Amino acid sequence: MENISIPNKKNKIPLLEVKQLSLSFPQYKKGFEESYIQVIRDFELTIYPGEIVAVVGSSGSGKSLLADSILGILPENAAINGTLLFKGVALTKNRQEQLRGKAISLIPQSVKALDPLMKTGRQVQGIIRDKKDKKRIQEEAFLKLGLAPGTGDKYPHELSGGMARRVLIASAMVSEAQLIIADEPTPGLDELAWEETLSNLKQLSEGNRGIMFITHDIQAALKIADKIAVFYAGETLEIANKEDFSGKGEVLRHPYTKALWLALPENDFKVLKGNQPESEDVFPGCVFEPRCPIATGLCKTNKPDSTMINNGITRCFYA
Amino acid sequence: MLKINNISYKYHSDHWIFDSIQLNVNPGEVVGIYGPSGVGKSTFAKVIAGYLKPDRGSIIVNGKVSPQIGRNPVQLIGQHPEKAINPHWRMKQVLAESGEYSDGFLSELGISKEWMHRFPSQLSGGELQRFCLARAIAPETSYLIADEMTTMLDAITQAQIWQTVLLLVERRQLGMLVISHELPLLKQISNRILNFEELARAI
Ligand SMILES: Nc1ncnc2c1ncn2[C@@H]1O[C@H](COP(=O)(O)OP(=O)(O)OP(=O)(O)O)[C@@H](O)[C@H]1O
Ligand code: SF4
Ligand SMILES: [Mg+2]
Repeated sequence: MENISIPNKKNKIPLLEVKQLSLSFPQYKKGFEESYIQVIRDFELTIYPGEIVAVVGSSGSGKSLLADSILGILPENAAINGTLLFKGVALTKNRQEQLRGKAISLIPQSVKALDPLMKTGRQVQGIIRDKKDKKRIQEEAFLKLGLAPGTGDKYPHELSGGMARRVLIASAMVSEAQLIIADEPTPGLDELAWEETLSNLKQLSEGNRGIMFITHDIQAALKIADKIAVFYAGETLEIANKEDFSGKGEVLRHPYTKALWLALPENDFKVLKGNQPESEDVFPGCVFEPRCPIATGLCKTNKPDSTMINNGITRCFYA
Repeated sequence: MLKINNISYKYHSDHWIFDSIQLNVNPGEVVGIYGPSGVGKSTFAKVIAGYLKPDRGSIIVNGKVSPQIGRNPVQLIGQHPEKAINPHWRMKQVLAESGEYSDGFLSELGISKEWMHRFPSQLSGGELQRFCLARAIAPETSYLIADEMTTMLDAITQAQIWQTVLLLVERRQLGMLVISHELPLLKQISNRILNFEELARAI
């Protein structure tokens, strides 16, 4: 497959490049015969420094497993294939281990990731490499994120959910992380906290950090991301620019992305019938074919390749 | 009718979470409730569903003081289905515990037969939430409280689940209280929308 990159970024080296990534788990069926179920197929994504790329996917599409693949924290039994490059160099298991929590870091989905027994300031200072200046750096980060002076002397249980989330973001901010993976940081937040969390993430991307923003919330993605990768049944169906999401989605390239856009309660709240295929289902054709309103015979038997259309990427014969 | 009669609740002796809430929900009616984090919406939901006892006031369901002995006709569905389901049981067992379900009903909720043999950890949030719905919508159920029920779900799954729920609301004349931060969603599904802070302040 061609390596497709967005033209205006051609001269920079991407922070993260994922090509033809696939991931499967062994599954024991009756008769103890071993078989595999594939949860990610042919995934591709490129993130440049200073860029926020949202990975928008349905529940069960494998988004969290994708994050785990990049961090190198998959379960033992997972079988992974494909190319992972960090700054142009292969991300081997060893290198993942070296970079994890340092150059590549995760903002976890749950604020339970904070140590309940340690004051938040000390937790964040523990990540800072410059030991002499760590208190000042931590305090500056808290201030920048709107955490009141004194927050560093509190334990996690003394903070509200929104404050605890900002401490997690501060941890990423003071780290030497160049690539940050944020896994679903917004669900369940009220409007104010939602806006705040997003602007905090945006702040993080300043200073040439790249951010992979995993979310199911299109509106959140549109608010801060430069590019939006639409993930479905373990595949990237489209990589769109945020301007493409407007009106009735006429500019969007893939029928699934259009359906996702029109399903928003702000738009038509339109239901798309059917379910995402099971991980066990193997498709000779397009993964979206069973639900696609414009599918043809060709889609049943042939897999569409990624093609570049209108400064975006899609996987559909009729885009 | 679900009559919420001047209920008040406090976790600690010195601070009312809410005081004297008065609200009626009719069969077949969907009432949306929104409000900022921490104002007590989920506590309110738990009180109405009988998980917490109000310090003052009463809840009357179809003419009887709630909760009665037996299965509560008021059922609550929350944001985190993974917390509501026994992680050591296969989904088949999870359902069997709360009743018998026809294949038609399950497929209407979008539950695939494949999933029955799985453990909760092998299903996604959207997949699990459908099981929580199946359990909550028993024949005895007449009121349903959805507390951020579809917050974790993508737009298509959310629209699908609400389409199914609204169909059941219509057909079985269920009354619903829907708590959500998403006003556009509430506008799509509710007959009326209330601001929790105003509700808790009224009177
Ligand atoms: N250890 C495992 N063994 C087998 N199948 C698994 C395993 N973990 C996940 N899966 C399958 O992979 C799919 C993707 O799971 P994952 O939890 O990553 O989804 P997700 O996109 O993060 O969902 P959500 O948005 O609900 O969190 C699920 O449908 C599940 O059936
Ligand atoms: S390739 Fe065919 S089935 Fe797949 S999205 Fe395009 S039109 Fe639909
Ligand atoms: Mg997830």
